[in-house]
Amino acid sequence: MPTDPLLAGAAPAKGKRPWFLSDPDVERVLNVALALAMELAVTRQRLDALERLLERRALLPRAAIEGFSPTREEERERQLMLRELQLRILRILIQDAERERSPAEPIERIMRELAGEDEAPAAR
Amino acid sequence: MSAVQVPPSWRHVGRHALFPEAGHDDVARFDFLANLNTLIASEVLPALRQAYEQRTKPAFVRTHGRPPGDRHEAHEALRGERLWQIFGALRRASMEMRQQTGRTLVLRQLPQLLAKARALNEGAPTLRLDPSIEQPRYASAVDIHCMPGGYHGELVPEDVSAGANYDCGLFATTAGMLGRYSDGGGRALAAWLRAEHPDFRPRRILDLGCTVGHNVVPLAQAFPDAEVVAVDTAAPVLRYGHARARSLGVRNLCFVQANAECLPFPDAHFELVTSAMFWHETSARALPRILAEVHRLLAPGGLTLHLEQPQYTPEMDPFEQAMRDWDAHYNNEPFWSAMHELDPRRMLVEAGFRPADCFEFPLRAEVDREVFPEAGTGQEDYGRTPLWTVFGAWKRD
Repeated sequence: MPTDPLLAGAAPAKGKRPWFLSDPDVERVLNVALALAMELAVTRQRLDALERLLERRALLPRAAIEGFSPTREEERERQLMLRELQLRILRILIQDAERERSPAEPIERIMRELAGEDEAPAAR
Repeated sequence: MSAVQVPPSWRHVGRHALFPEAGHDDVARFDFLANLNTLIASEVLPALRQAYEQRTKPAFVRTHGRPPGDRHEAHEALRGERLWQIFGALRRASMEMRQQTGRTLVLRQLPQLLAKARALNEGAPTLRLDPSIEQPRYASAVDIHCMPGGYHGELVPEDVSAGANYDCGLFATTAGMLGRYSDGGGRALAAWLRAEHPDFRPRRILDLGCTVGHNVVPLAQAFPDAEVVAVDTAAPVLRYGHARARSLGVRNLCFVQANAECLPFPDAHFELVTSAMFWHETSARALPRILAEVHRLLAPGGLTLHLEQPQYTPEMDPFEQAMRDWDAHYNNEPFWSAMHELDPRRMLVEAGFRPADCFEFPLRAEVDREVFPEAGTGQEDYGRTPLWTVFGAWKRD
């Protein structure tokens, strides 16, 4: 099994990553912002589901959420949730680090090769 | 009801025994991505088209005295356009986020998925893997669709994660337009055969480059008395596809690990040979070999049908060609560009078919009414119904 499914899930795809904006760092930040937006959307959907269920069943006063105090085990679970959140949000930077270890060929070269214009390199 | 059209929630995706189990947050992530893709298509794309007409093309004309003549010139001109950059940055990010979402969902339940696959696959004569099959260069040079590990990568022995990730994300990437089981292509082929050739009853059917078998299952269901064989070079998608088909109750479908350039079947063995979205994931060297194999394997009176995106023609606007070429450059589909300017009819003839027996026609996916309850009520679609071209040929003798 992968020792860390979250990290394995965040792996980059083989192939050189194209950058579209004139400053790749700006695009990195855009990626972080998009991931944050996705996680914010997830949270809002979840809260919405929760609030609707509570409302539907008249089960829990809002004050119980405000005054919530986790146990030690719950605290650890919540810390692990934060780690997962960060791996999602910082995916673009973590992939940079991973690609540093295994550089890739330009896609245009492979396109020419597969179109029959270049000879293939020795078998991999 | 609001007039704003939104994609269907991922919670409507078609499930089967091997389909990864998703929690609330996984569904919310896929829904976020489907909405993001829809937003890019409905808001950014029309603006980009306008920018091309109003800025990019006039600037090109000023420099060259003529508009861009082909997709390469249009692509080069567009690279400096701000909206092209924004479009690309958003689309690439969306593709990568989709991969992370699917892979994380799959990998955290991998032991359970492996156990389910084993229970469905173990000892089945309908799953034939061949570890001696090597991945062709076109399948391994880059990770196709930016799927880490491609179709073939194995993180553990007997891995199925590549298939599970591919299967669960298609619905989000296509905003549900391929149907709940992402099988709109195969269903459309089966419907065309039923309508146009109701007496054609193939006894043996072969599907090439099947991946998880999502497009061959509808053919196996349409011809329950036929013996259907699906081939691919990648073991993880075959293991997953076989278990998926079994859990969907399909028993006349055999998954075989083989290279479509050199297939382990006798001459004239099949009456129908199909592929769906396969040609553009091969190469200029492989495709003629694959079509020669198709001709060899077809029995007299047999039929071959291949589903692809429309070819680039001189009549197609260079802007549209450049947009269609995006996936070649930026979504790791390196043969897409060259493949779409080939002459499929000539290739079929060179493979041995008679010119008069070759044909092509456009084919539209049937919109899934369960997913799109409003479809077919005068509303065409969301402007994104998959419209393919079928390249086909009959073998007369």
